Amino acid sequence: MLDASEGYTTEDGRKIGGVVMEMKNITLRFGGVVAIKDISFDIREGEIRAIIGPNGAGKSSMLNVISGFYIPSEGEVWFHGSKRPQMRPYEVARQGIARTFQNIALFEGMSVLDNVMTGRLTNMKSGLISQALWKGKAEAEEVANREIAEKIIDFLEIQHIRKTPVARLPYGLKKRVELARALAAEPKLLLLDEPMAGMNVEEKEDMSRFILDVNDEFGTTIALIEHDMGVVMDLSDRVVVMDYGKKIGDGTPDEVRNNQDVIDAYLGVAHD
Amino acid sequence: MFYREAGDFKTSYQQDNQTFPIRFDRYRYYIVLAVAFGIIPFLINDYWANAIMLPFLIYAIAAIGLNILTGYCGQVSLGTGGFMAVGAYACYKLMTAFPEVSMFVHVLLAGGITAIVGVLFGLPSLRIKGFYLAVATLAAQFFLVWLFNRVPWFYNYSASGQINAPERDVFGIIITGPNAPAWATYLFCLIFLTLCAVIARNLTRGTVGRKWMAIRDMDIAAEIIGVNPLKAKLTAFAVSSFFIGVSGALFFAIYLGAVEVGEVFGITKSFLVLFMVIIGGLGSIFGSFAGAAFLVLLPVVLKVVGADMLGWPTDIVAHLQLVIVGALIIVFLILEPHGLAQLWRVAKEKLRLWPFPH
Repeated sequence: MLDASEGYTTEDGRKIGGVVMEMKNITLRFGGVVAIKDISFDIREGEIRAIIGPNGAGKSSMLNVISGFYIPSEGEVWFHGSKRPQMRPYEVARQGIARTFQNIALFEGMSVLDNVMTGRLTNMKSGLISQALWKGKAEAEEVANREIAEKIIDFLEIQHIRKTPVARLPYGLKKRVELARALAAEPKLLLLDEPMAGMNVEEKEDMSRFILDVNDEFGTTIALIEHDMGVVMDLSDRVVVMDYGKKIGDGTPDEVRNNQDVIDAYLGVAHD
Repeated sequence: MFYREAGDFKTSYQQDNQTFPIRFDRYRYYIVLAVAFGIIPFLINDYWANAIMLPFLIYAIAAIGLNILTGYCGQVSLGTGGFMAVGAYACYKLMTAFPEVSMFVHVLLAGGITAIVGVLFGLPSLRIKGFYLAVATLAAQFFLVWLFNRVPWFYNYSASGQINAPERDVFGIIITGPNAPAWATYLFCLIFLTLCAVIARNLTRGTVGRKWMAIRDMDIAAEIIGVNPLKAKLTAFAVSSFFIGVSGALFFAIYLGAVEVGEVFGITKSFLVLFMVIIGGLGSIFGSFAGAAFLVLLPVVLKVVGADMLGWPTDIVAHLQLVIVGALIIVFLILEPHGLAQLWRVAKEKLRLWPFPH
């Protein structure tokens, strides 16, 4: 294990900082089914960390553990140098972890702008009375947070659909709005669950560009799950490979690509 | 033609975020307010007040309350009648215990007490959803009516078991009891409706409203982005019950004057307000007004047209009303789940370009 204070430099010369999140010996069971078995890895500040693996490997379960959706049966989650106690998902969100979902989880009845503004909720603290009167703190806060939300909307190039109800949008744009909502929270750690699932090549390129830009511009630490190997190998700094709930590889894309266990898991291996 | 937003530019987020972003809408709103406050009070008589205006104003408050809970936060409630009864009885107890305190205070306090009761009955909403929550609120409805019937303390041990509003005045003008002038009762209710509508609008366009709608649209995602579901649902129950309590207090003290709880605040009242919200439009403040106006006016119009003009027997007209409301509910649920408010929105979209559709 690397020391929390030291980092490394990527091939393209970006400086990666200390450990933001560390998973220590995580095991997750559902009854008799072991979804994740004794997995440890870390996520460092400013890096793009991918989790890959064949179907049913436990990637999404892992993301759900990080975002507090599942409580691990064994093991510890360390965030910013301290052990995370058992907490509800909304408390995890308040710690600065935002995520998107594999099958879009937007608020369909609300406009794009309102969806993005929900991402700012953890930063808005005015009381009920102030909001009921729409005076003082509530209004100032609304405007201040609107500015941040608008910045994200500009960044992801969705200005033209700002006032459109989400239900009317096509799939690719919905994915982008969901990313906007997660980004609006200005997260310390951004979790992306298959951000490119179901997209065509062009949309994938757009999304990849946005992910790189987010990392570059805001310095956001990103952990993502993705099936498209080309995308993963291009985007990520380090990759965790899972298979049947176990970790079978961890390292830079090149290391992982040449790892025999990983090749076996993806291509299959002859059983005798 | 009738409705334009060309040349209406916004230069700040405050302007973009106001209640009526389009200038035309805003003027219309000021005109409606001016007519409601400045003209109608001089024209109103007892018939108009009691048959149309008072029930409309009071039901509109109740509909806004239920709309916040069901339309914005997605929590189905069938306990509206019971919560209105809480408001009515709280107001009655306050009126008789503190006769010298202003009615404004009593009505607001009655709303506050109902909010507390609403939060108590809202607690199960964290665990149960949809139909099951509806049944839980139904239990609240029956329990509350039973409570006000059975515990004599609530009706001050009166022999009839009814509660009667004593005569009270605001700034020297009598507003309860048979001697209250129509314009005073009208204005009193109108002030509360205006306040409630403005508050509801402010809440629903801000942070709290977004939390409610997030819970309504997808509660799991809402929790992931940092909404505390228990807190969001309970604030919805509290605010909604506050409005419903205010409407119950006004319904008893200003409109009816005497109330027998099982008759006035029974399950039919819960359904009536729910129908208003469904026909008017779930998740719309304007829809609450439209729904309340529609269901208050429908029997009046039917009576005038059917009984007075066409000479049909009154019982047929009364039954016809039930048939029409029932049919309308089905029609709206199938064809336009967002109710009159959505029809209005579509009409505005069309009118914006009329007579040139492209």
